[in-house]
This record gives sequence, structure tokens and C-alpha cells, in this order.
Amino acid sequence: MPRPETPQLSGWGRIAVPGREIFSEDLRKLTENATLTRGLGRSYGDSSLPPPGGFEVASTVLADRILAFDETTGSLRAEAGLSLRELIRVFLRRSWFTPVSPGTEYVTLGGMVAADVHGKNHHVEGTFGAHVEELLLRVADGRIVRCSPAVEPDLFWATVGGMGLTGHILEVQFRMKRVPTPWIFEERERFGNVDALIEGLKRSAKDWPFTVGWIDGMARGRSLGRGVLNRGRWAEPSEAPKGAPPPLRRFTVPVDFPNWVLNKWSIHAFNALIYHGHVWTRPRVIHPEIFWYPLDRILRWNRIYGPRGFTQYQCVLPDSAGPSAARRFLDVLMGAGGADSFLCVIKDCSAEGKGMLSFPRPGISIAIDLAVHSGTQRIVDRLNEAVIAEGGRIYLAKDSFTRAEHFRAMEPRLAKWSQVRRRWDPGLSIRSAQSVRVLGDPA
Amino acid sequence: MKAALLGGTKGIGRALGRLLVEKGHDVCLLGRDVDDLERSADDLRIRSAGGRSVSAAHCDLLRSETFAPALDQATEKLGGLDWVIVTAATFAPQEKLESDRALARDLLTTNFTNTILFCEEARERLLARGGGTLCVLSSVSGDRARKPVILYGASKAGLSAYLEGLDHKFRGRGLKTISVKPGFVKTGMTAGLSPPPFAGEPEGVAKDILAAIERGTPALYTPATWRWVMLVMRNLPRFVMRRIEF
Repeated sequence: MPRPETPQLSGWGRIAVPGREIFSEDLRKLTENATLTRGLGRSYGDSSLPPPGGFEVASTVLADRILAFDETTGSLRAEAGLSLRELIRVFLRRSWFTPVSPGTEYVTLGGMVAADVHGKNHHVEGTFGAHVEELLLRVADGRIVRCSPAVEPDLFWATVGGMGLTGHILEVQFRMKRVPTPWIFEERERFGNVDALIEGLKRSAKDWPFTVGWIDGMARGRSLGRGVLNRGRWAEPSEAPKGAPPPLRRFTVPVDFPNWVLNKWSIHAFNALIYHGHVWTRPRVIHPEIFWYPLDRILRWNRIYGPRGFTQYQCVLPDSAGPSAARRFLDVLMGAGGADSFLCVIKDCSAEGKGMLSFPRPGISIAIDLAVHSGTQRIVDRLNEAVIAEGGRIYLAKDSFTRAEHFRAMEPRLAKWSQVRRRWDPGLSIRSAQSVRVLGDPA
Repeated sequence: MKAALLGGTKGIGRALGRLLVEKGHDVCLLGRDVDDLERSADDLRIRSAGGRSVSAAHCDLLRSETFAPALDQATEKLGGLDWVIVTAATFAPQEKLESDRALARDLLTTNFTNTILFCEEARERLLARGGGTLCVLSSVSGDRARKPVILYGASKAGLSAYLEGLDHKFRGRGLKTISVKPGFVKTGMTAGLSPPPFAGEPEGVAKDILAAIERGTPALYTPATWRWVMLVMRNLPRFVMRRIEF
């Protein structure tokens, strides 16, 4: 039994289990007989946590060397623990950027492959996996295997979005993108309800490479899902400041906030500030990190949810569910009492990637932060039932509460993925707390 | 400047190597595992955008006969030699060292005898070139004996004494010796230990080290708080040290 002094490990949502990271620069040695590898631990739930009885996970973060870079094609190969933040620090001033970025730069390349991350440019570039050229994996039997869309394609596409369960990712090779300047041209537009916001996202997708919407999670009735649409593109040399963007000052949340700090009124005030505050922002050229990673400026912001922790619920509602699916989903969310969220993000997704368990598919993705309390399981169950009814699915990288039967109902692709996984790991020796919970792996 | 860096593939040395090429210095990595050296050299080459010379040469701290050839190769590859930096060392928990005599001998040899023999080779070469800087990582654990780091601390105490003496004797002739005393730094070497307050990150420590090299600071505590922690620690009476477990 875990004693109080047993080390605890958690994802970004801070719901802890007994566990510890082990570190080494030598990832090959570290992953021999490892149960699971973990990057920077930014997945919200239990994707990077050991299964019950597993305890140790192999951390990739000390394996962060860049191994090869081709200036002409942008092809870059690095060890799996290289962080996106370091990648951007080294390459943005040389006019290269990641082809796809999630909402934080505190992720590793290995994590970006495992979760097959998507971002503000999903409608143009798809997921990160679409830009990966080759992976080096340590598979369950101990062998080190190269895979790519051409070599061992099944293993490759099971690993892209496979949550690290098909093998330990040692090296990642992918194509970077050239950018005209390291600065972003951004503009914002406000919409009075969710239908108009989605319409705005779809309209903006035609002309803008980066779009995302933020929803006021407190608005009800006619204003349900009102929000601000944020769209951008790389600035052209004629409009950008001279020189590289300076390092940004960062702030740290010093301690856990007491649970009462985030309440109906404070969240309401925050949301109102953003919704009404947009009128002051004109189209402008901004610092790339402010555009891509606004939350990264506040280090350890997960502490504002207090010691109880939080989860994020992210789902995609397919186009086949019709244009009012998002409104129906928000109605369920409000009804379930889960809307006291100060962060609610909406994004249109385009074509499904080739990753066998990759999250995005054509439709609308909605992500909501939820403080954890006794009713959270019930809320997530209710939302999952609604998503199943719409033919949608959830994003494992955010999940802490989804039941195995709900996940199965959402994922007709699961059987094929499991087949590939079992071919490479018949004993299911690579597991996570999440794979035990959601996929029914043996503990 | 032209820098030979022993131990640049891991931890503080890795961070320092990256900082050196980013700040426009040429680097020759010295180390035991040639394949691993090449991977680190590639990392530095890509980070320097081809602007700096980055090379590698074999050098094994457990085999003193490799020191002279390694430094000669480095000088040749760099086309000169201004700085010799040693970040390599061995660490093991005290309990393990108490029960494993071979491990204890290797640690003492690596951190004390052979590091000093390597420095002697570097000293001769730098003096022959008219001077330069020798920067070596010792440790705060050489400042005061503590229960969890008796053997490791002893090896570093001896090293610190050597480095101080070297600086007294040769600074007038153009050889600056820099003794770096890192406190607890989060690297692969300390990964099994739980970090105390004021633990540092390798990138920050690397910045402090480069600044000390540029200024010629003979003794550096990094992160800076450790200067004051060690001031207190050095002055604690024996009966207190006998009681505390850290």
C-alpha cells in the first residue's frame, strides 16, 4: 500500500498516483524493460502515469539532442526528449518553425508523436504525425526498430497517436516549415453565439492558416457559446519588426490557490473581461509566443485549480452530426453543471490523419477545463454519452475519467490498432494508468 | 575562443557546450564513448548553424595515457587552445561506495587523481602557449564533509585544493584556473536524489560558468545561493554536523 511518503506522479491536471520518473541521457538503456516513457508530463490525465503496480516511468527529457538537420528540406531528427520550447528557441530565429504546434511549448517531440498533436492550423496542415518522416522505437521485445510511412507502416501509424503504447519513442524525424518572419500578424473578431462563431471559424479557414475560438463558458440562452475568434498568419518582412522576438518575461503561480478562488463569480468576471476586452485589440503584429502559447507565460498555472486538481474534456463532433451539434453539446454541458470553466476552446478540424487512434476528424473540436470535484465523473459520463450519440470521440491526451465502455463505443478504429499493438507487444508489457482504465489492459 | 571540453555529452557539460557554440566559441568535445561524442558534436554543429568549428576526440578519465593524445588532438582540431574545461566526474551514493571497493577506487581515481593528471597535461600545454584558462568542476561537497557524500566530497575537497594552488602559482604567468563549485544541479548524475531547496538547472549553471571563465573568477559557487549555504555549512560546529543527515 502507498504510504504517505511514497513518491507521487501526476499529469498536468495534478491528479496523482504512486509513481516516479527515472532519468538518463541514455534513452536506449533507460527504456530496456520500461513499462512506459514520459516526456514533460503535459498530458492532462493519466496518459503518462504508470499502471497500478508499475511505479517507475522512463523520462525522456534528458535525451534532447538534435541529431540531423537539412537546411534545404527542413528535415530534422532529434532525440525524443527535445522540447518544443528548445526547438523554437534554436530554430525560429533561423526562420524555421514546427509544422504543427499544440497550445503549449512545454512538450517533447516524443509526446507530440504519441498524442499526434494538432493546433491552430489543423484545417491546413493536419496533425503533427502527417509531418513525421521516421521514428526510432524500442519495442516490447527489446529490439530497436525504425518505422516510417514506408517501413513497418502499421507500427508507424499505430504509434502516431498511440499514446506511447506501441513502443518507446527514442528518436523522431520530421519536416520543419519555413516562415517568412518569426512574428505573427493577428486579428480578432467577436461572435454573439456558438453558431455564429463556428460559421466564423469556417469562413476564416479559407484565408487564414491559424484559427481558434474561445468560448465564454458562462453565457446562456441566446448568447450560448458566444466568444472571440482569433486568427493569424506569419507576418511578412514588410510588416514585422526588425530582429528576433525577445525572450518573454514569465510569471509563476507560487502556491496552490485555495479551491474557492475559482468560483462562479471569478470565472464569470474573467470570461466577461475577455469577451468585452477584445474591442481594444486591433489587427496587429505580435510576439509568436503570445500568439501560440498565451498560457505558457504563467508557469505552473495548473495551481490555480488548487490541490483538488482539474481535468480537460476535449471532444470532436463530426460534420455528420450537423451544424447544431456544438449547441446541443453545450446544452448538455450546461445541464450537467460542468460549465463553470474559465477555459473553453473551439476549433474546426479538417481531414482525419492516418494515425490509427489520432484524435481529430472533420468537425468541431471543443475543449473545456473542469475543476475536479465529487461530481466530475458524472459530468464526464454525461458528456461522453452525448458525444457517442453525435458520433464523435474524445482526446486521450486530456482524459482522466472516460470509462472503457464509452471509449469503445467512440472508437470503431480500436480493434485494428489493438491488433497492431498486440503484434508488437503480445504480453502488453508497455502500459499506462490510462491504458488500464480506458483500454482494459491488465493492471 | 578555442575550448576543449571534457564531459560535454551530459548534464552541465552538455548545457555548457551548447552555450559555448551559441556564443561563438569553437569546441572540441573530449570523452570516452566515441559514438556518443559524435552525436553530441552533431547537436552542437546544428545549433551553431555551421558557424563554429565543432569536433570530438577520445579521452577516458579512467585511463591517464589517453590525456596527452586527447589534448594534442583537440589543439590540432581547434587550431589552437585557449580554454580547457572539465565537467566530467563520477558520482555514486555513499552507501554504495561503502560496500563496493572497486567502485570507490574508480570514483576516487576519476574525480581526484586522474582529473588532476589531466589538468597537469592541460597546464603544460596552456602555459607553453603563453597562457589560457583551465576551468574545472569541483563541488560544494568538497567544502565541508557531510554524511551522504564522504568519499565523493573527499575527492572534490582534494581537487578544490589543487585548483586553488594552481591558480595561486600560475595566474601571474597567464594561466587562470577556475574552480567551479556547483550546488545541487538537476542532471542525470543527481537523478536518483530528491532535490533540496536552491537546486539549479544545468542551463543556468552553464551561464554562470561561462561568465566566470570570461571574467577569470577563480572560485565560483553556482547557483549563487550556494555561496551562502556553504558559508553557513563551513562554520557549523562538529557536534551539529555529526547530527545532521544531509
